[in-house]
Amino acid sequence: MSAGPAPQPARDAGVHKEKSMVLQKDMLAEYFERVTTSPKAGRKVVYTFVPGNLTELIQSFDLVPVYPEINALQNAMRKRSDSFIAEAERAGHSEDVCTYVKCDVGMSIGGNIGPSGEPIPPPDLLLLSYTGCFVFMKWFENLRTMYRCPVVMLHVPYQGEGMVTPEMRDYVVRQIRTELIPALEKVSGRPYDEEKLRERLRLSARAEDGLVRALASAKHRPSPIDAYFGGVYYVGPIFTAFRGTQGCVDYYDCLNEEIDERIRARVGPVTPEGPLGEERYRLVVEGPPNWTHFREFWKLFYDQGAVVVASSYTKVGGLYDRGFRHDPDHPLETLADYCLGCYTNLSLPSRVELLTRYVREYEADGFLIHSVKSCNSFSAGQLLIMREVEQRSGLAGGFLESDLVDSRYFSAANLKNRLESYLQMIEQKRRGGAAA
Amino acid sequence: MSESRGPGDATRDGEARLQALVRRCRDLHEDTALTAVREWKERHPGAWAVGYLPIYIPAEILHAAGALPVGIQGGGDRTEVIRGDAYFQSYICRLPRSTVELGLAGKLDALDGMIFPAICDVIRNLSGIWTLLFPDRYVRFLDLPQNFDPAVGGRFYREQLEALLSDVSAQTGVANPRERLRASLELFDANRALIRSLHAARVEAPERIPTHEAYLVQRAGHLLPVDEHNALLQEYLDLASHREAVLQDNARVVLVGAFCEQPPLALIRSLEIAGCYIVDDDFLLGNRLLSEPVGGDGDPLDRLVAAFLRRGTPCSSIYDPEGTRVEQLVERVRRTRADGVVLAAPSFCDPALLDRPDYQKGLERAAIPFTAFKYAENTGQLGAIREQVGTFAESIRLWGETA
Repeated sequence: MSAGPAPQPARDAGVHKEKSMVLQKDMLAEYFERVTTSPKAGRKVVYTFVPGNLTELIQSFDLVPVYPEINALQNAMRKRSDSFIAEAERAGHSEDVCTYVKCDVGMSIGGNIGPSGEPIPPPDLLLLSYTGCFVFMKWFENLRTMYRCPVVMLHVPYQGEGMVTPEMRDYVVRQIRTELIPALEKVSGRPYDEEKLRERLRLSARAEDGLVRALASAKHRPSPIDAYFGGVYYVGPIFTAFRGTQGCVDYYDCLNEEIDERIRARVGPVTPEGPLGEERYRLVVEGPPNWTHFREFWKLFYDQGAVVVASSYTKVGGLYDRGFRHDPDHPLETLADYCLGCYTNLSLPSRVELLTRYVREYEADGFLIHSVKSCNSFSAGQLLIMREVEQRSGLAGGFLESDLVDSRYFSAANLKNRLESYLQMIEQKRRGGAAA
Repeated sequence: MSESRGPGDATRDGEARLQALVRRCRDLHEDTALTAVREWKERHPGAWAVGYLPIYIPAEILHAAGALPVGIQGGGDRTEVIRGDAYFQSYICRLPRSTVELGLAGKLDALDGMIFPAICDVIRNLSGIWTLLFPDRYVRFLDLPQNFDPAVGGRFYREQLEALLSDVSAQTGVANPRERLRASLELFDANRALIRSLHAARVEAPERIPTHEAYLVQRAGHLLPVDEHNALLQEYLDLASHREAVLQDNARVVLVGAFCEQPPLALIRSLEIAGCYIVDDDFLLGNRLLSEPVGGDGDPLDRLVAAFLRRGTPCSSIYDPEGTRVEQLVERVRRTRADGVVLAAPSFCDPALLDRPDYQKGLERAAIPFTAFKYAENTGQLGAIREQVGTFAESIRLWGETA
């Protein structure tokens, strides 16, 4: 599972774009340029995962982070994931397992040509940040076999009891200190520089303030943002290689200026077809989106005037809206807290509680789960989550199913039927309420 | 004057006792309502019984805290899942849905608590489902360390074990669980030693110890108190060692991938009927994850922690820092003089299925024949699997020498 920015494919010329979108597109182009030219420039590359990523620490060693989940979703948006998945299945991977893994493995088999069309360099180090997803471990065990490169494991304990204990935090800090930092020193040839890390963490906290402000804007009526489909763009910079940079802070400043303007003008979110008209339904959504038909999936919602006002997916890279900020005064401890606090590292009861709060705080009309076949971390237990949120919020939930990057599991007609039926039910309840 | 009894009578008596023992184990295997646990609780008023999901928990902790550890392996092929299906999407394995079914049907009411060890995301999330469905029960997620440095992962693991020991003993009223732990380690060490003997005896004489029997005898330990299980294992070993059985021209195989959701007994039997001697497997892997004795001098908790950190038995759910899992499988094949490998994984099982490509490549490199299939705990149509494995066994017998 992951969140990530979704740069506009070139063929999307003509799609309505805000300044912040153009800015993000430029940031991404620059990032992929930095990644793909790393071997030539003598830069070392560290593959790692989005949830609980230690971007500030990696970049404090002047290493370049690469996120295989992001590559997978970017490939899906470019309609390339199916062929990669087929390649991985030919190599022995089961149809049952995570399609992010298979997309990445297939991409590697085919020369590791990344979303920008240039080859992604092989990893100098696999930083296995084992946060909130069991498959991460198997994924990098597989990549280790393919690339024959070192792996450093960071085991982040699960919040099974619904909290982070001092023992859990100490465990993560000790691993960062005794295993991770030495591994990064070794691959980079540079000593650990805590001051450099602190500076990045300061910038992270500022960007985090910006993201929280943007997401909280959905409490307005109409909401000036879509916190799921639009949200994946908004979390892109902060969940990946840009956290801890001035560019990231600037991006959120720019984004918030646009949002403020929309609030002043009392207009809704910007969709690929321009500003949304009437806001008819305010929804909270749990689960990752589909990437192979991202635009089509979004259209199902905005065609009906449905706006997502809060989502869990935009929390896989951190629950900033519940108060977490990277703290430069406690650099390793704050990294540990960050890893421990990601959404998919929360217990099921904690997820229920959080989603119920979103329904209330954002005054939602409905609660939808988009369940993806690939991600058991998200999906196992979602049916009970739905019932629990229904009971606590008094709203009926809806359930949609597809996949992350395997188009075989995306059925537009089925999703449309289910979504429209769900929205009709909300409408009928409204009418019933009004009649009463 | 009574008739004199010859050696044949002794053999027949032994076989009859052995069959009675296996029947008892089969009854326990089918006891999804945990009758044996309920009876144990009646004999031990106030004592706790605590269930645990696969693959491994340090059952010694529960024992020392005065609780009966009860291994829960799902509902098997005799449980009709109706309510459990309402909790899981179609692409999630069967074990959690049948476990929820058992829970909602009241069949697990004898359990005062449940422990969910870190295995995969599904079992991890099942811990939260259990908390929500059964709020009056003790529920704990046991995060087994993936860092094996004693000062790092070891310390974290010890803290968890201390908490578990303290939690359960507070409920059972056992005042001195730490003092009792040493004795518990000895009992479980004896258990692991007997299970290792069982496996070793099967390698030497698979015709005397068919896997479907060895499986049932081991699985009985999921419901029986450890001392009773030790006696049962010993009796089985004694009886089987005197069994008269003819060595068939079967293929010797190692079976891997079945460490969590278990196949139906009929499937194991089918593999044997198809012409395989299963000389090594990873069924019920938790009962031998620790490969060396744990007890001895020093703090028992420290010893239990150290034994986990240096385990020795590969497990798909535990990080493989050296990347030797495939080599270890090849070594197991050599050590058990196996002719081939059966890669048997439950449908939708991430740990087993994500290891499969590496296993396949490694076996190809080592020129070890293999076959692969998926199953579920309620797989009923065994014909296709039997045919596939039968062909595999036949090809080994026909071509193995020259391959």
